[in-house]
Amino acid sequence: MKPPPFGYSRPESVAEAVAVLGSAAPDGKVLAGGQSLLPLLNMRLATPGHLVDINRLGELGFVRVDDGEVVIGALARHAEVLADPAATRAQPLIGQALALVAHPVIRNRGTTVGSIVHADPAGEMTAVLALLGGSVLLAGSSGERLVNAEDFFLGPLESDVRPDELATLVRLPVLGPRAGCAFAEVSRRLGDYAVCGVAALAELDEAGGVSRARAAYLSVAGTPLVLDLTEAGGDPASAGRLAKSRVAPAADIHATAAYRRHLAGVLTERALAGALTHARERAGG
Amino acid sequence: MASGGNHRGINQPQDGLFDIRLIVNGVPRTARVPSRRLLSDCLRHDLRLTGTHVGCEHGVCGACTVLLDGVAVRSCLMLAVTADGARITTVEGLTGPDGTLSPVQQAFADCHGLQCGFCTPGFLTTITAALHDNPEPSPEEARDIIGGNLCRCTGYQNIVKAVLRAAELRSAGPGRADGS
Repeated sequence: MKPPPFGYSRPESVAEAVAVLGSAAPDGKVLAGGQSLLPLLNMRLATPGHLVDINRLGELGFVRVDDGEVVIGALARHAEVLADPAATRAQPLIGQALALVAHPVIRNRGTTVGSIVHADPAGEMTAVLALLGGSVLLAGSSGERLVNAEDFFLGPLESDVRPDELATLVRLPVLGPRAGCAFAEVSRRLGDYAVCGVAALAELDEAGGVSRARAAYLSVAGTPLVLDLTEAGGDPASAGRLAKSRVAPAADIHATAAYRRHLAGVLTERALAGALTHARERAGG
Repeated sequence: MASGGNHRGINQPQDGLFDIRLIVNGVPRTARVPSRRLLSDCLRHDLRLTGTHVGCEHGVCGACTVLLDGVAVRSCLMLAVTADGARITTVEGLTGPDGTLSPVQQAFADCHGLQCGFCTPGFLTTITAALHDNPEPSPEEARDIIGGNLCRCTGYQNIVKAVLRAAELRSAGPGRADGS
């Protein structure tokens, strides 16, 4: 199918984009990479009155590491973030997750900030933002505001971006010196939506014990679910059992609820084991 | 209100159509399109370049893949107005001016990498861009390269062979148009 008719603007600055969004609200929609929005338009699942195309805002096409955070601009494509050695070295979970986002051709066009704003419960980068406790900077007609990950995801495909706001960047904390991370997911084919996915983060204390372990889950809840697994004491198998008892996934055409719960357990065990190994390597153990 | 306004960088005639300029396969082209015109339809209908095929129209099948400033993208997931000013290579642009097949096209012929041919333009463009970035893929990498493209005829085995064969041809003979 073809997209429905809509108005179109292609602003040349963030200020202009915000002004257009403000005048089009509540019927405006930001177009960045379009790898989620265009399918929704083509299938007529979305019918925005006005598209604000931010593809000329080169000022937002950055990836940088500063002050303990990886900062990703709204026009940085997944492929550009994945190919940024400084970013993926500072926070390896970004590279681990992005390698699982769709196919390379989709990553060439899709933006990391856009996929986070899209808030798909099956999105890898939404889980990364939630697990790391990152934040999203929103520019609107009444100024800027920074929204923390725990407040950002409101529901499936619903994030805390108001109709007159543009998400200009996301901030993701870098990985600590005694911490490790890993990503594990199961999809029918490489690049497909995950039936279930787990991002794990483990931190070690000075003695090498596990001081903190957490995991974020995709495709098991309407928003990225984050579980604290510290009480499992660094035992991946018991963390897997813990996770299995705490998730309440829904069934759909791709998997039964029971299978998703099973995967949550197995993938927790794998991801946490990977994160612990990674943390021990980094801690020099 | 949501009328589009007169924003810099794009001309908007009164009838709601946009004048865009593209360089397609090295040739400057212009088109007058509504905002909702997909790049795939602009290429096929406005510019009459029907080599780019449209399969699923939601980014799953890969048949419509073209090179945008040398980078492989889905032309069905991009508005023609967004592409204004870009350099596009379609499957028609892979062949040399004298009709010589590109290494990837020759490899598909050599390895019987197609049957009905509907998906082929998307495979050719995707593989062309991928070999530019990774000139010597392993068999496993060859599979990853084509992971986002669907083919309902071949069973993929000969397409994987064609990726590896194209890499050989590419390293053996320079000077062919490869759209990069």
